[in-house]
Amino acid sequence: MSDHSSEAHSHGSVKSYLVGFIWSVILTGIPFWMVMTEAFDKGPTYITIVLLAIVQIFVHLKYFLHLDFSEQGKLDTYSFIFSAVIIVMVVALSVWIIFASNAMMM
Amino acid sequence: MSTTHMNTHDAHEAGAHHDEHHDTGGNTVFGFWLYLMTDCLLFASVFATYAVLFMNTAGGVSGKDIFDLELILAGTAALLVSSITFGFAMICAHNKNRSGTLMWLLATFIFGGVFIALEIYEFQHLIHNGNGPQASAFLSAFFSLVGLHGLHVTAGLIWMVILAVEIMMTGLTGRSLTRLACLSLFWHFLDIIWICVFTVVYLMGAI
Repeated sequence: MSDHSSEAHSHGSVKSYLVGFIWSVILTGIPFWMVMTEAFDKGPTYITIVLLAIVQIFVHLKYFLHLDFSEQGKLDTYSFIFSAVIIVMVVALSVWIIFASNAMMM
Repeated sequence: MSTTHMNTHDAHEAGAHHDEHHDTGGNTVFGFWLYLMTDCLLFASVFATYAVLFMNTAGGVSGKDIFDLELILAGTAALLVSSITFGFAMICAHNKNRSGTLMWLLATFIFGGVFIALEIYEFQHLIHNGNGPQASAFLSAFFSLVGLHGLHVTAGLIWMVILAVEIMMTGLTGRSLTRLACLSLFWHFLDIIWICVFTVVYLMGAI
């Protein structure tokens, strides 16, 4: 039974790894190209590279870490979602608080 | 010839014993996943620190002055390739292909080594030019964040060598497969952290 749970962690086919790899090459290449050639304005570049990074994280989670909502894999996915919520709170709220207090002291 | 025979025999032995140890292996991998989630929190705290401190350059260099994006792109490429070579090592391991597993592990080790070598070169270059971690809050946060990731990758490389020796000596038993599954999670997890590092630190810093 639980062989499946370890398979959910570690198993994948050559095809799925290649698909994930090609996606991540594209999703890495575009932001580097945007920044290195300075082809766009700062604002759109910021937004695009952050969005592409988020997409790439999901690609890695799906194709390399094999997170899913199957019976065997869902505990991993739930613990990841829990951590992600905590991380957003730690990072986003710290940055918000510090920048707000910095602005008040100016 | 006799070694090959031994391997197949070992594999069958492991298969026979596998059933009893199934839960243990699955639980070990899940426990390791939980550790990775706490490691995520560690990285998140260091990211938050970097986000707070990156503008405090104490009149010294900022990210735009010191980041060499071509070097970072080369390191990123090496790490990405090492991710897929580790994936192939896992597929070989599940097919009980010992030499294939070891070969792909070696490839992963080389690409991971290239990444670390580039990072050491970058750090050494920065320190040599007087931009060491003591120069400003920005550089302290930069060295902590990127260095923490580098230390993790180094630990992964050491782990890989130990595991390769174990696989050479005992073959792909249930236990080494579980360990390989944990290292696989660790390695792909570090890749995700690196996506955040190159986006937040290098690309956003260089815009």
